[in-house]
Amino acid sequence: MLEADNLECVRGERRLFAGLGFKLEAGELLYLQGRNGAGKTSLLRMIIGLLPPEAGEIRWQGQSIRRNSDDFRADLCYLGHLNAIKEELTPLENLLASAHLADEDLSEDDALDALEQVGLAGREDLACKYLSQGQKRRVALARLVKERRPLWVLDEPFVALDVAAVDWLAGIISGHLQRGGLAVMTTHQLVAIPAGTVRELRLS
Amino acid sequence: MLKIIFAVVGRDLKLAMRRQADIVSALFFFVIVVSLFPLGIGPEPDLLRKLAPGVLWVAALLATMLSLPRLFADDHRDGTLEQLALAPHPLGLVVTGKVIAHWLVSGLPLALIAPVLGIQFDLSSDALLVLTGAILLGTPALSGIGAIGAALTLGLRGGGVLLSLLVLPLYIPVLIFGAGAVDATVSGLGGEGHLSLLAAMTFASLGFAPWASAAALKIALE
Repeated sequence: MLEADNLECVRGERRLFAGLGFKLEAGELLYLQGRNGAGKTSLLRMIIGLLPPEAGEIRWQGQSIRRNSDDFRADLCYLGHLNAIKEELTPLENLLASAHLADEDLSEDDALDALEQVGLAGREDLACKYLSQGQKRRVALARLVKERRPLWVLDEPFVALDVAAVDWLAGIISGHLQRGGLAVMTTHQLVAIPAGTVRELRLS
Repeated sequence: MLKIIFAVVGRDLKLAMRRQADIVSALFFFVIVVSLFPLGIGPEPDLLRKLAPGVLWVAALLATMLSLPRLFADDHRDGTLEQLALAPHPLGLVVTGKVIAHWLVSGLPLALIAPVLGIQFDLSSDALLVLTGAILLGTPALSGIGAIGAALTLGLRGGGVLLSLLVLPLYIPVLIFGAGAVDATVSGLGGEGHLSLLAAMTFASLGFAPWASAAALKIALE
């Protein structure tokens, strides 16, 4: 269960939001909406613990994420608007490296399977700098295929994806919710997620 | 604990192998700067022998500086640094891995080529041996201290110049004892004392610098 109480965010001289709170149970998805600059990404960075809130507290399973940060991060999967892939490495190497660095066990077969699912079969051994924008995004998203951590935080996951890939990702997210996972994401395109309870939070 | 350090070292070495131009250019910079001195000063063996330790060490400091700005900048730009900071282990361990990898691709090659360059300065074989040992022992401290500077200047415009201003003064102790070790050997006093101090500085900076860098990186990521 993810809870936030009375959060306040100040960037530069501007207060983006104050008194913000929400509660998310297992199997629920939180859609963050709002115009550009409303503080969606700032709120996401607060939730993952990279940006300390000006006031308020975020709790994961009843424990403050700042006090129990190692345990919290072991339950967290974050996908930012940057892809976090290395241009010099191949999709397969990228996937394996990011799993190892996040302390996950991912076998090469699982990684190949994940890449096949995101439609990169046959390009596993091509350096990522030769891939298109959408294909790079798919390499980043391939992490989610085998990801079993309970809390997913996704920043604009649908950007640069074609229609088929958007459907595929919606399916992956609903599978995660069905397994009792939680997800928080920002998006400008409202994509219907077939399973789970969807909550919306509008920042203004 | 060791697993994560190995994972970071392995990844950084693999990346360095895919971009060999970076390693080679720092190494050539070192070779060329050191070779300019004998050419400029002329064939005076006594003077060259006296200058050698200082010249080699100053060139080693500058060559190490060359690759420092990119230590965290590439990971910061493509979002990998965020992922490393979110991994369920202390960020200091990740930075330790990055410092080790930086030393393997920047410090170690300098130590290996230094004896060849020392011949240009007419150094004796004893002095060459101590020079190699001193560079081997001292360069990890340079990578460690440099990591603090690289983390503090991450994301700043003109960070490269600021990084040099920040880090070069902190390199002075390593320079003094590194060059001192060779000087002492040339004058027959024995450089063991200097080498022990260099080793102490390396261990202290490898223990302390990654955690200071990690604190600076967390501020940069906010």
